[in-house]
Amino acid sequence: MNTPLTQEQKVIHFLNRTSFGPTRETAQRVNQLGIHAYLEEQLSPEKISDTLVEEKLAGLKTMRLSSRELIELYPPPKQQTGQEMMGQQRMQGPRVVILELQQARLLRAVYSQRQLYEVMVDFWSNHFNIFAAKGADRWLATGYDRDAIRPQALGRFKDLLLATAQSPAMLFYLDNWLSASPNAVARFAANSLRRGLNENYARELMELHTLGVDGGYTQKDVHEVARCFTGWTIRQPRAEGTFYFEPRLHDGGEKMVLGTRVPPGGGMEDGLRVLDILARHPSTARFISLKLARRFVSDEPPPALVNRATETFRRSEGDIPTVLRTLIDSPEFFSPETYQVKVKKPLEFVAGALRVTGAEVQMSHQLLRYLGRMGEPLFLAQPPTGFPEAGASWASPDMLLTRMNFAIDLIGNRIPGSRVRIESLDDKDSFARLIAPDTLSVGTRSALAETHGDQAFTLLMAAPEFQRR
Amino acid sequence: MNPSRRRFLQSTGLGFLALGLPPSFLVRAAEAQQVGKGKTMVVVFMRGAVDGLNAVIPFKDPAYYSLRPSIAIDEPASGEERAIDLDGFYGLHPALAPLKSIYDKGHLAVVHAAGSPDNTRSHFDAQDYMEIGTPGIKNTPDGWLNRCLNEQKKSESAFRGVALTPQLPRILAGSAPALTLSTIDEFRLRNDAMAATLQRLYTRTSDELFRFGGQSLFAAMAELRRVESKIPPSAERYPAGRFGASLAQIVRLIKADVGLEIAFTEIPGWDTHVNQGGAKGQMANRLKDLAEGLATFYRDLGDRGEDVVLITLSEFGRTARENGNRGTDHGHANVMFALGGPVRGGKVYGRWPGLAPEALHEDRDLALTTDYRTVCGEVISRHLGQKDLSKIFPAFRAAPPLGLIA
Repeated sequence: MNTPLTQEQKVIHFLNRTSFGPTRETAQRVNQLGIHAYLEEQLSPEKISDTLVEEKLAGLKTMRLSSRELIELYPPPKQQTGQEMMGQQRMQGPRVVILELQQARLLRAVYSQRQLYEVMVDFWSNHFNIFAAKGADRWLATGYDRDAIRPQALGRFKDLLLATAQSPAMLFYLDNWLSASPNAVARFAANSLRRGLNENYARELMELHTLGVDGGYTQKDVHEVARCFTGWTIRQPRAEGTFYFEPRLHDGGEKMVLGTRVPPGGGMEDGLRVLDILARHPSTARFISLKLARRFVSDEPPPALVNRATETFRRSEGDIPTVLRTLIDSPEFFSPETYQVKVKKPLEFVAGALRVTGAEVQMSHQLLRYLGRMGEPLFLAQPPTGFPEAGASWASPDMLLTRMNFAIDLIGNRIPGSRVRIESLDDKDSFARLIAPDTLSVGTRSALAETHGDQAFTLLMAAPEFQRR
Repeated sequence: MNPSRRRFLQSTGLGFLALGLPPSFLVRAAEAQQVGKGKTMVVVFMRGAVDGLNAVIPFKDPAYYSLRPSIAIDEPASGEERAIDLDGFYGLHPALAPLKSIYDKGHLAVVHAAGSPDNTRSHFDAQDYMEIGTPGIKNTPDGWLNRCLNEQKKSESAFRGVALTPQLPRILAGSAPALTLSTIDEFRLRNDAMAATLQRLYTRTSDELFRFGGQSLFAAMAELRRVESKIPPSAERYPAGRFGASLAQIVRLIKADVGLEIAFTEIPGWDTHVNQGGAKGQMANRLKDLAEGLATFYRDLGDRGEDVVLITLSEFGRTARENGNRGTDHGHANVMFALGGPVRGGKVYGRWPGLAPEALHEDRDLALTTDYRTVCGEVISRHLGQKDLSKIFPAFRAAPPLGLIA
């Protein structure tokens, strides 16, 4: 496709990238306001009323509880440890906590009016991945989402970085809470596990959170950064679960981080210094801009656009909305080469299908199980890399089959907790315009012409076009 | 005509047909037989970097115990919770006890101080390098198991290469069709009435990515329905969880003779930075799952074990010294296992570099003496019969074979 996008295609494309999928209503609203004004509205989510989603979430009471309360009210059930979180057992203990967290993520993706904000929450959750089934993170993940990621998702990168660095869930997931100066141990023996340095967080902080693996750090830097973060820990992870700095664990000596001297005696400042160095580092600007471009534009984004976004990142000191404007309000974003080139990740596909069909969604284990089978169990990516972004990761035969079966079950109303009122949907041809206006393939068009009734909608949800955005 | 087809035609007294074109039913029969007799290589990826020094313990290395004051495994002696002696120098972690009898039968071998020569300690990069088969070179487009499929096209089966994972792993990604499958029994469309339409859509779409996956999917679903009645249920009870379930599916596919040449599965949870445990604990629990899975796999295979070689990979080893939290950080060389009838087992292969301070890689890790590609290459050439490895492991000059495969 080489001809410029039509206005209708631009609107659908824009909604595909900046939300969990177009609906009849959002397409109308973009048409009224214009893309530019709509984007600005979405970039100030605090001004958008979101009562529907608040009603939907009202029943999920764990979302409002502190870590301490969650630990008290949802203790681990007896004789069950480390089992798979997605199992069939009766939901109790911390399983309830994770389930509600997953449910909230899905409901917000489907129902929130603050769609771009929710897209960014999803993006950062994956960038700063934690594994909610690891030990105390079963109770700490809720606070991580609510207090670290969500408040900063459209803020400044540096604030987000700091919020994750000080979040008990991250400190637990990447083990920094136990890291200690080997010399400090004699003075602090409260926890026999704390005998010295742990470099897990220091490495992932640079490799995954900021500089990128080729961003110019060495094993020596990993070691030095780990020393800086000694003492950043958690007060009673399985009772209180709050961040604090413990000077008795800290390595007070001098460090050298990426060529910068960190003088001795800095205490908690050492870690803040490191975050500052990393947030300002040119490799970070490039790495974050590249990742955003991969999410919003294409798996192999145009280098010129990435360069501009990198420059914006530096100039704005990591102001996320400003970087998003550079990426989205760009000729590359609306070019025919960008149209429909991204593969929807499972949450994007499932939420997109629920949105476009106007499904009535309640608490649904089955929907979450579907996401797991498609390869994206929410909050449960075990490796620190999170889920992959590239389309090729999401098109395996088994995943395609699961997506087709999801379409069949969704339109057939065979998913408990989800209900589609088929009679309220547009006719199949108008419906198709919310997916790929005038750009359905010949194959899909002819299949659609031969398919009638409910099956036409199943077909559209299962077709290759709907797997892309 | 390929040799095995000729052999079939000769052995059935129809050798004269080799002079002209044989009827197509005979070609199909020959291919079917050829497929049935196929050899399978199974690769298990232990994601997260297993601590090889506590999986197979060099208990006679004097440095081992001083490096690991709180997590070392006691040397073999009577009683449980100690290493299980293999050869007077190495011992199995006690949680690997189910593997000992397989080792004694000569069907399990260990290669120590093996792995990828690249120095990265990034999980992601190290896994990627190990899967694309070109450590240090990132832009290799495909995985070495996929190149293996391309190098020797034995059949048209949709089951030549199967990953028992939702995502197609990098190691099996590439231009040769490969399948992913979670469970055999759920590998079907939930609305038969739409099957034909969806098949047409996905096998003819101009969207290459989905056509590629769709063609494999629909070919495999059709083939599976055809042979369904032949697929036996598991003869053994596997440990609960994904790993055991995936091994069970692999054995069923092998027994069903669907032409499985390469199978892949994975077992996560090895990133033991904290409280790794010794004879008991976190890592021991993972090893137990591994060993029970593999031992069940071995028993379930029965006679078919003669056609199967399974190897394990893990992206790197872990620090020789325990860290400050009774765990281990990212290291370098590691241990590999090879299991199956054709394996010359009962032996620990590889030169031991030692754990003395001057022997450690970068003062902290087990040094590498066997490139993992030497091990994999030997399985490919000796077991799968693919002698030319130049495309599978480009720019790799293999060391002399270890003699791992009979």
